[in-house]
Amino acid sequence: MSESSGQVAKGGVVTELVTDWGEDKEVFKVHWGKAMMWIFLLSDTFIFTSFLTGYMKVRTSSTIPWPNASEIFALSFGGEPIPLILIAIMTFVLITSSGTMALAVNYGYRRDRGKTALLLFITAAFGLLFVGMQAFEWTKLIVEEGVRPWGNPFGAPQFGACFFMITGFHGGHVSGGVIYLTYVAIGVLNGRYEKKGYDIVEICGLYWHFVDLVWVFIFAFFYLW
Amino acid sequence: MAHVALADKGQDLAHPKTWIGAYVWSQDHKVIGIQYIIVATAVGLVALALSAMMRLQLGFPGIFDLIQPNEYYSAVTMHGMIMVVFMLTAFFLGGFGNLLIPLMCGARDMAFPYMNMLSFWVYLASVLVLCSSFFVPGGATGAGWTLYPPQAITEGSAGSGMGIILMLVSLALFIVAFTMGGLNYVTTAFQARTRGMTLMRMPLSVWGIIMATILGLLAFPALLVAAIMMLLDATLGTSFFMPAISDLGEVSSTSGGTPILFQHLFWFFGHPEVYIVALPMFGIASDLISTHARKNIFGYRMMVWALIAIGGLSFIVWAHHMYVSGMNPYFGFFFATTTLIIAVPTAIKVYNWVLTLWHGNIHLNVPMLFAIGFIFTFIHGGITGLFLGNVAVDVPLSDTYFVIGHFHMVMGVSPFLIVFGGMYHWYPKFTGRMLNDTMGKIHFWVTFLGTYAIYLPMHYIGILGVPRRYFAYGTTLSFPDSVQVINASITIAALIVGTAQLLFIFNIIWSLFNGKKADSNPWRATTLEWQTPDTPPKHGNWGPELPVVYRWAYSYSVPGADEDFIPQNEVPSENSKHEVET
Repeated sequence: MSESSGQVAKGGVVTELVTDWGEDKEVFKVHWGKAMMWIFLLSDTFIFTSFLTGYMKVRTSSTIPWPNASEIFALSFGGEPIPLILIAIMTFVLITSSGTMALAVNYGYRRDRGKTALLLFITAAFGLLFVGMQAFEWTKLIVEEGVRPWGNPFGAPQFGACFFMITGFHGGHVSGGVIYLTYVAIGVLNGRYEKKGYDIVEICGLYWHFVDLVWVFIFAFFYLW
Repeated sequence: MAHVALADKGQDLAHPKTWIGAYVWSQDHKVIGIQYIIVATAVGLVALALSAMMRLQLGFPGIFDLIQPNEYYSAVTMHGMIMVVFMLTAFFLGGFGNLLIPLMCGARDMAFPYMNMLSFWVYLASVLVLCSSFFVPGGATGAGWTLYPPQAITEGSAGSGMGIILMLVSLALFIVAFTMGGLNYVTTAFQARTRGMTLMRMPLSVWGIIMATILGLLAFPALLVAAIMMLLDATLGTSFFMPAISDLGEVSSTSGGTPILFQHLFWFFGHPEVYIVALPMFGIASDLISTHARKNIFGYRMMVWALIAIGGLSFIVWAHHMYVSGMNPYFGFFFATTTLIIAVPTAIKVYNWVLTLWHGNIHLNVPMLFAIGFIFTFIHGGITGLFLGNVAVDVPLSDTYFVIGHFHMVMGVSPFLIVFGGMYHWYPKFTGRMLNDTMGKIHFWVTFLGTYAIYLPMHYIGILGVPRRYFAYGTTLSFPDSVQVINASITIAALIVGTAQLLFIFNIIWSLFNGKKADSNPWRATTLEWQTPDTPPKHGNWGPELPVVYRWAYSYSVPGADEDFIPQNEVPSENSKHEVET
């Protein structure tokens, strides 16, 4: 390390933190790609926050009553409507994919290329399954229930607008993630990262976990409210 | 697993093999920076031409007949949006950010050069989409640069069809481009500094640029969301921002939307955007003043913390643009207070610049002229900002020429003076030639004095109550007819200042071939970009070894030293024993 890193910070936690970050070469003692992904995710957080805040504002200022989410998103099995069942399955699938992703990161650092690639493919498959179920949900809403971005039979027209926009934007993130995961998985199989190291698996894992986390918020604000 | 810093392991740079690879599809941060500067300058000239057309209409209504009312509104809108986003933001961050960050931090390139290249090409696409909107049916959008709905997308207003759609698409593209570039600027300054380059040794230019980039990464999302919502309103007929509108007995198909939500989203972006332009300007101004006054910057640490404080505070002042929007009046109290608070770190910076000049060995080189001119225009624009930040003063002044005068002084003229100062300062490093001094001095004096001839009268007619965005005033009882004389004089001054900018463009091209040859450190500056082995620096910037930094960026006029500056990478010796680092 350099000259300045030998200095010991005197003072409180803040001083120590500032001294630590302020050292030469790098602020965060991680791979630069990881730092870049974290900064990107912070920016992306602001996008989703703006979407959800906009949605809340539109919903609370609407004079027409908001449709009842648990009725609209119910699926019938044997004639008995079960509220939110599809969303529950979708959420379960996405959370499970986070688990396989975490395993992939682990095997990546152990340089077990076969298992890493397999787990990445499984994660991508779960993501694809999620997007597929979302497509099913959209189709059902549009074809059977008559929900449109500009209006719907149940209440405030902003319901459809917000729903398609926010879940669409999130679905776009998942689809992008599936492509990203597949690209990394193929690279792992081909040994593209043997020299550079397997930080890339963790970096795309960060993105994937983030997309899952955002889903939890969308789930809470859209389906449970 | 052991992790190696970029400064220790170096970067595998893809050296181009063809001319196209080196100068067109280039991954070299210096080429990308110059590409950004060329495109930003070109689109800035378009915006300059638009302002000339507006001024001819306002100064001599009915005489030139160059534009009709709808085209006038398009010109107003495009001039504003181009200058703020596509010119200044791109120039400071894409241009200076690309050129300076790796050189000043002692890196070989940006952290992720390929994405940096994509950033430029997407930016170029956004500019082309924006400019194409001049040629679509209905013309470019005429909603004002704030693009407020419902007017922006309601049939009958200028460019409410394809114009606004292309504007929104272009903004979305710009945000994508900015994000790709911005991630690089921040990550490079954070993770790729050379040995010895601690954060508190970084030149203030880098501090300003990366703080502005962080602001951009957090503020542009709100604009992106607003643009997506308005795009859906304009194309799919959703009602995010569109209330039910009754027009000549016809009720619109939209209902229940909240136009004020757009204003909040827009200004949550819009106010930090002011500082996205201002923070690089602060940083570069600090470096110009310190270098050409041969004196260390006064209160370096205070300057850094002021940048950070301004960046943080800039996110909680946005609704001072919305005092007359009909939002809850109690918000005014909060936002007026935060606006006064943000003036404190800003004032600290101004005092520090003045105190840097105090007893300095001032060299009135062309970059220094621009930097000192900037202090004047910035104080002027900053103080009128305090007027407008207070609700009781703002309400009568809203939408008058006082506002136009204010923001042109503070975020029009001031950043441009620093853009010019920066160009005169760094041009020798990136071309190997000096810019012509005489032309530079003419450029400065015409621009600086002309600025006052343009904008001081605007404050005056604003107080008289002349509203902004009007195509023609005619005769009215609300203000005297003599306003027309003032408008004519403003127009003449504006045309002279506009012409002076062409002299600057000419100087840049002329000097490229005929300028005096520059040595590697013509201003005798301390920062790393002047210590490169080659001028202009080659791909990879440094020779086989990265430079090692031993001191901060402001060791000027150190007592007992041989010269009045000690470069950041000079090995400590007898020569530098008296230096003080704050």
